[in-house]
Amino acid sequence: MSISVKEASGITTDRSAPDYLDQLEAEAIYIMREVAGQFERPALLFSGGKDSITLVHLAQKAFAPGKIPFPLVHVDTGHNFIEAIEYRDELAEKIGAKLVVRYVEDTIKAKGLKEQTGKNASRNWLQTFTLLDTIEEFEFDACIGGARRDEEKARAKERIFSFRDEFGQWDPKRQRPELWNLFNGRIQKGENVRVFPISNWTELDVWAYLKREGITLPSIYFSHERELILRDGKLLNNTPVIEADPEDRIVTRQVRFRTVGDMTCTAAVESSAATLDEVIAEITISRISERGETRIDDQQTEAAMEDRKKGGYF
Amino acid sequence: MDLLRFITAGSVDDGKSTLIGRLLYDTKNILADQMEAIERASKTRNSGEIDLALLTDGLRSEREQGITIDVAYKYFQTPNRKFISIDAPGHIQYTRNMVTGASNADLAIILVDARHGVVEQTRRHSLIASMLGIPHVIVAINKMDLVGNSQDAFLEIAKSYTELAEKLSIKDLTIIPVSALNGDNIVERSPNMGWYTGETLLSVLETVNVLKDQNQEDGRFAVQYVIRPQTEELHDYRGYAGRVQSGTFKKGDLVKVLPSEQESKIAKIEFGGNEIEEASVLESVTILLEDDIDISRGDSIVSLTNSPIVSQDIEALVCWMDDRKTLKPGNKYVLQHGTARSRCSVRDIEYQIDINSYEKLDSESLKLNDVARIVLRTAQPIAYDPYQKNRANGAAILIDETSNVTVGACMIE
Repeated sequence: MSISVKEASGITTDRSAPDYLDQLEAEAIYIMREVAGQFERPALLFSGGKDSITLVHLAQKAFAPGKIPFPLVHVDTGHNFIEAIEYRDELAEKIGAKLVVRYVEDTIKAKGLKEQTGKNASRNWLQTFTLLDTIEEFEFDACIGGARRDEEKARAKERIFSFRDEFGQWDPKRQRPELWNLFNGRIQKGENVRVFPISNWTELDVWAYLKREGITLPSIYFSHERELILRDGKLLNNTPVIEADPEDRIVTRQVRFRTVGDMTCTAAVESSAATLDEVIAEITISRISERGETRIDDQQTEAAMEDRKKGGYF
Repeated sequence: MDLLRFITAGSVDDGKSTLIGRLLYDTKNILADQMEAIERASKTRNSGEIDLALLTDGLRSEREQGITIDVAYKYFQTPNRKFISIDAPGHIQYTRNMVTGASNADLAIILVDARHGVVEQTRRHSLIASMLGIPHVIVAINKMDLVGNSQDAFLEIAKSYTELAEKLSIKDLTIIPVSALNGDNIVERSPNMGWYTGETLLSVLETVNVLKDQNQEDGRFAVQYVIRPQTEELHDYRGYAGRVQSGTFKKGDLVKVLPSEQESKIAKIEFGGNEIEEASVLESVTILLEDDIDISRGDSIVSLTNSPIVSQDIEALVCWMDDRKTLKPGNKYVLQHGTARSRCSVRDIEYQIDINSYEKLDSESLKLNDVARIVLRTAQPIAYDPYQKNRANGAAILIDETSNVTVGACMIE
């Protein structure tokens, strides 16, 4: 069932066999351009993770030789990996993109929000408030995000142009029909649309594309030695932002991160994969899904993601 | 390796989700943690047997009711192809969801219950597949185990389906006897139906030629966005960003801009800022023209010698998708065709089509899931091709001007 890297790496010249990566890339570029063409004030949600790095690369290709015609926006929980934050800042500077960063910490203070406490407390859910405030502050009418339908079953149901009401809410029962590639981005003032250009990509497609395009990634995606908290079989970064639990064990392991989100809800995987080829080889034979292996936030209930999205999450 | 998008149509009891689950399971595309989640969920439901249908039902309300309400997408691959499976609900009240799913499909799998044969909903699903111009149709006669894997039963259903297909425009038809529950003739040939010598379902999915379905003749390119960097070194750069809808474009090609009818020549084609020789169907590129003419989003660049129809009067088959308001002659909407939007008004409902019997009916107004042939008058001219000849340039949607909801799917005739 696996793809070999050889197949994924070359742009095929044989007209009788278009390459799936070219097909996915063309579709994503088309979607990016629809956003630029249909909206007044779009933004690209950029965290320094591999999916949003892919989005930035696609946006560069879509608008070359011009610059990306919208800002990059990051909602920083304050619990992000330093490597991803550094990468975020460097990339924005390198490509001359405008970078807007808003902090969950500020929202907590300004709104007097109550943070979760105890084991597995996370600010992940609170990002929604900061995101909605940022959308209001800049009057963003479209936010491009790197969510994929293969990640999670509620995401598999979401449109590529996903309409959000004036409260940022997603209503899965009243989604606009999405026909052909005719995306309907018409909205009233105050409403917005979340746009997912890599909806149809799988995790492996993203990795194969990063490799084919020669894109560099933050170092945490590759094998390194790290001190971690071993909790319920998952390896979490050993950081003061994770509240200690008496059952925790502190261990040192050779790991990499398969997804890079908030440190409180993203687990590492034990791995010696130090290059893109090795990472692709490991994921190809992995029998566990991306979110299943690394995300703690989805595993609380069967509908965790659906509930977050209804509340305004990406 | 290329990509195939297929839709599965069938109703609640036909075993549609089980079929998708079976395809994923037998091609080893279900991961360990997903399997555990299904096992866990299966235990809390009726018989406790592993229910592969739980793989595709993503929303809480769907799991509660045990039915698929919305279109769901699943991704899997074999060594030969990548697949996007589009799972749409089969019940008549969700016709709009099936139309939505079918709009992007290269192939349709229509499920027929071997115990019941060709029924009303088989006719409905086949009509939609044909109307949406899906080039390949596989009829999977499911639950063969429940009719004793009988060849006679299969042949009888195959015969009545073939008769039905003759009334429709189905270009490529394959009929396969299967049991999704047992995995017979899905990925592996079934030892229970030795009389069947045709291909398995997966084998058809892996080998069907999609490239031939694309319209390679008519050069059509809808402008999405104008790239104007306005920097010192790119001061005069004007690139038209878009996706080739059909045909091919090369440097030096003579083209026409619609609806303005201005003529020019392609100076350059770029992809990601680099010059490329030619652009073919579905490629997202940037076209630069030799002449400085006024072009903006919504305009089309087309081959000079082979033009689409440019008109303000359009006849189309429409599937009505609004559950709150009806379509009536005199109503006004926004028509989105390619990247162009124009106000339009409904001149007439010529006839409604009974999607079960295919009968033409008189109709005063259309409600949710109705299919009809209508006449539209647009405020601006639209440059279109008939849908059955060119899916990309013959499709349009109707948008409600006040709610902004997509309310109609149009196949221009």
